[in-house]
Amino acid sequence: MLEKEQAGKIFDRIKKLSSADEVEVLFSGGRFALTRFANNTIHQNVAEENYVVSVRSVFGGRTARAFTNKFDEESLRQVVRSAESLAKVQHADSDLLPMPDSAEASGHAGAGWTGESPVPTQAVPPQVRTSRHFVGTASITPELRAEGVKKIVGVAEKRKLTTAGVFSSAESLEGIFNSRGLSRWHTQTSAEISITMLAADSSGWQKANSPDVANLNPLALAEVAAQKALNSARPREIPAGKYTVILEPAAVLDIVGFMFWDYSGMAILDQRSFLTGRIGTKLFGDNITIWDDVAHPLQTGSPFDGEGVQRQRVGLVENGIAKRVVYARATAERMKRSEYKDKVGVIEATGHGFALPNEMGEMPLNIVFAPVGDPQTVEQMVASTERGVLVTRLWYIREVEPFEKMLTGMTRDGTFLVENGRVQGGVRNFRFNESLIHMLSNVEAMSVPVRSCGEESFDMVVPAMKVKEFNFTEVTKF
Amino acid sequence: MKHVANWALNVTAQRGASYADVRSVAQRSRALTTKNGKVGSASDAESVGMSVRAIADGAWGFAASAELGRGAVEATAARAVEIARASARVKREDVHLAPEKPVVAEWSTPYKIDPFTVSVEQNIELLLKIDAELRSVAGITLAETNLNFNREEQWFVSSEGADIHQTKLSTGAGYAAYAFAGNEIQKRSYPNSYGGQWQNKGYELIEELKLVENARRVGEEAVGLHHADQCPEGKFDIILDSSQLGLQIHESVGHPIELDRVLGMEANFAGTSFLTIDKLRNLRYGSELVNVVADARQEHGPGLGTFGFDDEGVAAQCTPIITNGLFTGYLSSRETAHTIGENRSGGTLRAEGWNRLPMIRMTNISLLPGEKPLSLEQLVAQTDHGILMQTNRSWSIDDKRYNFQFGCEMGWEIKGGQRVRMVKNPSYSGITTEFWNSLDAICSREEWTLWGTPNCGKGQPQQVMGTGHGAAPSRFRGIKVGSAFKGS
Repeated sequence: MLEKEQAGKIFDRIKKLSSADEVEVLFSGGRFALTRFANNTIHQNVAEENYVVSVRSVFGGRTARAFTNKFDEESLRQVVRSAESLAKVQHADSDLLPMPDSAEASGHAGAGWTGESPVPTQAVPPQVRTSRHFVGTASITPELRAEGVKKIVGVAEKRKLTTAGVFSSAESLEGIFNSRGLSRWHTQTSAEISITMLAADSSGWQKANSPDVANLNPLALAEVAAQKALNSARPREIPAGKYTVILEPAAVLDIVGFMFWDYSGMAILDQRSFLTGRIGTKLFGDNITIWDDVAHPLQTGSPFDGEGVQRQRVGLVENGIAKRVVYARATAERMKRSEYKDKVGVIEATGHGFALPNEMGEMPLNIVFAPVGDPQTVEQMVASTERGVLVTRLWYIREVEPFEKMLTGMTRDGTFLVENGRVQGGVRNFRFNESLIHMLSNVEAMSVPVRSCGEESFDMVVPAMKVKEFNFTEVTKF
Repeated sequence: MKHVANWALNVTAQRGASYADVRSVAQRSRALTTKNGKVGSASDAESVGMSVRAIADGAWGFAASAELGRGAVEATAARAVEIARASARVKREDVHLAPEKPVVAEWSTPYKIDPFTVSVEQNIELLLKIDAELRSVAGITLAETNLNFNREEQWFVSSEGADIHQTKLSTGAGYAAYAFAGNEIQKRSYPNSYGGQWQNKGYELIEELKLVENARRVGEEAVGLHHADQCPEGKFDIILDSSQLGLQIHESVGHPIELDRVLGMEANFAGTSFLTIDKLRNLRYGSELVNVVADARQEHGPGLGTFGFDDEGVAAQCTPIITNGLFTGYLSSRETAHTIGENRSGGTLRAEGWNRLPMIRMTNISLLPGEKPLSLEQLVAQTDHGILMQTNRSWSIDDKRYNFQFGCEMGWEIKGGQRVRMVKNPSYSGITTEFWNSLDAICSREEWTLWGTPNCGKGQPQQVMGTGHGAAPSRFRGIKVGSAFKGS
């Protein structure tokens, strides 16, 4: 892995080559490996190592960025030249701020976890304020991944099923240096297992990831996926319509993820957010409270944003009321001068900006749903349901209407009819067309939030949810 | 770069690989965007590296490195073989590659103007001019534009003796105008949504697109949608414009014909396919008018799926996919060809870059135009009651590719052969084969456009690939319209 000291030397070389007023260098990359299986066989198995350096140059309010993955002198000279020549032909942008120095980037004292030198906070238990880098994950070999896959295939063969999925591992870095003296560095590891079990006319799925591979249990995941495939066999067709649904955490994550692009100051300034004119209003049920919190024990990721600014814990939704959005530095300054300044709650740089220059501004990426006082397990939710549908996973979700946040998508890999408090067997998959505002206003019960991952949205800490009047509009053929 | 391949192939041979290939790739890209009168982002990127794909003990291994020194290349080759041997621990049968005569060749995308030679100032001036036109329309609250140029130079060398040097060039451009008013956001895009039009050609594409000339109209349409009626719900005859039909082809023909999906290799992520092998040459996919090809050859046009050779050294081909409505072909690779009784790959294996494993990808999956002269306006005139839908806004399809739902940016209700009113939020849904069997008219060649889809995602780790889709406006009878908004 590229070390911070080496990166610092590369930054020094770039600084010497630069003629710009200010220069910022981002580092990213690492080692990544993935073993993929299908038809009870490993059919793809890959590994790569790559590091990317990107240079942002600033000349009097004009800025641009160039990327390279070559660190020799000529490549660095060329990447600096590219960034500078792109920057010089821009029009000056009066919204562009000077780069932050270390003091500004560190934010308020005690704002949260730095990831580099642990800062105690009330919210974070001591055991998670350590590194997100685990040697056990970084040292996974192809042979160890193959052994994990072998266990999964063993479950499939025992149950006369066919399995497909992945077992991946990674060791990655993010770093930022700028000419005002800021330098931040973050490394972490991650391991992920995703399993689909296929029967003749049904399927089941499970997925989990963690910085520490010791938290992953391929056998347990395989058993649950297999049981879902078996339990949903011979799916019956029931008509589309409004149903009480029990969404497992992965299904919740995949659908709610589509609204977080809108929790951005820039999205409000651009009038593309469904929160435009709605901050401070009650949009969801009393039981919905959502934070963005990179320091949460179940979260992952770097503690600083694309300008190196410390990520703060931000309350986005409180008891159903849209309270705040997140801000990059420049967006916050623009918002303070805008017509919305008195209508959007607290305005301050929160450490959620993307690397500059960009059009999107910022976004919360470490979503945590607050636990409710009376959490229920999925089993309890099923037991209290007279007639409904239990959903393992959602798929191919897209936005149909942006202001009511109407989304469409499909159920997949384990969809069950619930009647009289019991799972009655598999049903054919549904298409839904549902407003997120409507859905989060109709949540009747929630589980304890867990770290969850899907395929349509980024990883979050979310509960399972029991939702009334969920709108299924069509049924497919399987 | 030949020396890099030789270093790697020597190691894979020494370590007992029965087959290996090496791709050394240099990619360069430029992306420029504007938003509401300002440059949104301006970036240049280069990425250089090499990868080794090897078969050992009858199983695949793949390793990639950005380092091109001899030590790093040899270590990468050794890692690929080591990974292959690990793969063999969970194996049912050996990998079988269809034979392919090794080729020594050079190929490059034909172009008139290298887009990287056009000054950034000129490009920014163009984008800001479009932006100004869009925002000159009262009611436009957000205007976004983009220009993208990509060059990829690849050296492919295999242990069988293939040695192919290929350079591909692509250009893309587009813009969108948003109008926010009341409780509604409406949007119009040009020439297509989600990045505009992309083709494998040079800067001449930008000149052909007439970007500035169409900007004011596009802005006016976005604002006009606020005054339009909601698209009615029910069963209607619909006419899809060529860009929407291009995406319909992509989702409901292009993905289901990928043989790796059919064989279950994508089951965990992208899904499988309803097109099981027993349906080949048996399934009536569409009406007699439906003729679809997978054509990667230059003579098909400058699509994002056009190349000289795929990423395992197989020459570009044209495969009939649907012939007069009958399902006749899949997208295949050397590894999968034998499963459909073919003794040669269809030549569709492509990788996103040097650090990704090549996989079956759509080439140019195109619906051939109607043979009788028929313009869009003539087709409208021949429609008694229907909805014309233009430019995609949302798209979704199940994981076997049966049930789909598409939303479009704008619609027109047609009555008695006339467009009688603009309608907003049009959407339609259906089942793939029922939909294609309802097609009863395709406009002719003059209305046919080879669209580029630059953002097709597939695989784990996910790879983004450009694909091409030729289409002319077409009519479908008795389609379910508006169920997206039913019950909302």
